[in-house]
Amino acid sequence: MAKWRKVGAAALVAGASLFFWRRRGARRAEKVDLYYEDGSMISVADETEGAYRLLPLARRVLSAARV
Amino acid sequence: MDAAQALADLTEISAQIEAAVVGDTAGGVAASTFADEARGGRVAEAARELLQAAEQEGRGGLVQLQAATHEGSVFVVRDADRFIAAVTPPDPTVGLVFYDLKTTLRLAGEEPETPENPEKEGGRRKQAKPKETAEAGDGEVA
Repeated sequence: MAKWRKVGAAALVAGASLFFWRRRGARRAEKVDLYYEDGSMISVADETEGAYRLLPLARRVLSAARV
Repeated sequence: MDAAQALADLTEISAQIEAAVVGDTAGGVAASTFADEARGGRVAEAARELLQAAEQEGRGGLVQLQAATHEGSVFVVRDADRFIAAVTPPDPTVGLVFYDLKTTLRLAGEEPETPENPEKEGGRRKQAKPKETAEAGDGEVA
């Protein structure tokens, strides 16, 4: 019985770790958020056609600023 | 307030903003936080290209954008014919950065302060940090 309790606890810790790791990863995902004058917003997610166009331009700004 | 003074105030007040430029959509640079004018020009040009590409990406009426990468974030806020662009480390406080950039862009376009209207430049939040010594090449207003 004690063995199964330990297995359950380990699974719980692993599941929680995976949850927080994935949530952190989602928050750190590369994206471009476009805000419009009417208050709306479009998020261009990573690995989309728009992101392939916009993210390299953003990296150019960063590298120009940090060289 | 001129653009250079507005940018100096911005970098003093915001711990998150590493560098910033104020430019116009026609290709000019009003001011930057770089001591090297050419470097400010390169950042402004790259930011202008990002803004133009973003305008083509979405529909009309784009007023601001944030591009978040693993290396850091790029913010661009525009009005009718000018824009301000800034770079930050990863995971900035997005709302706060946009607020500071919008305020700076507005102040950069205002008439210089006169003794008759000393309260004209309101809206700036209070200083958040003591200003660190500028790194070589950065932190100075060109």
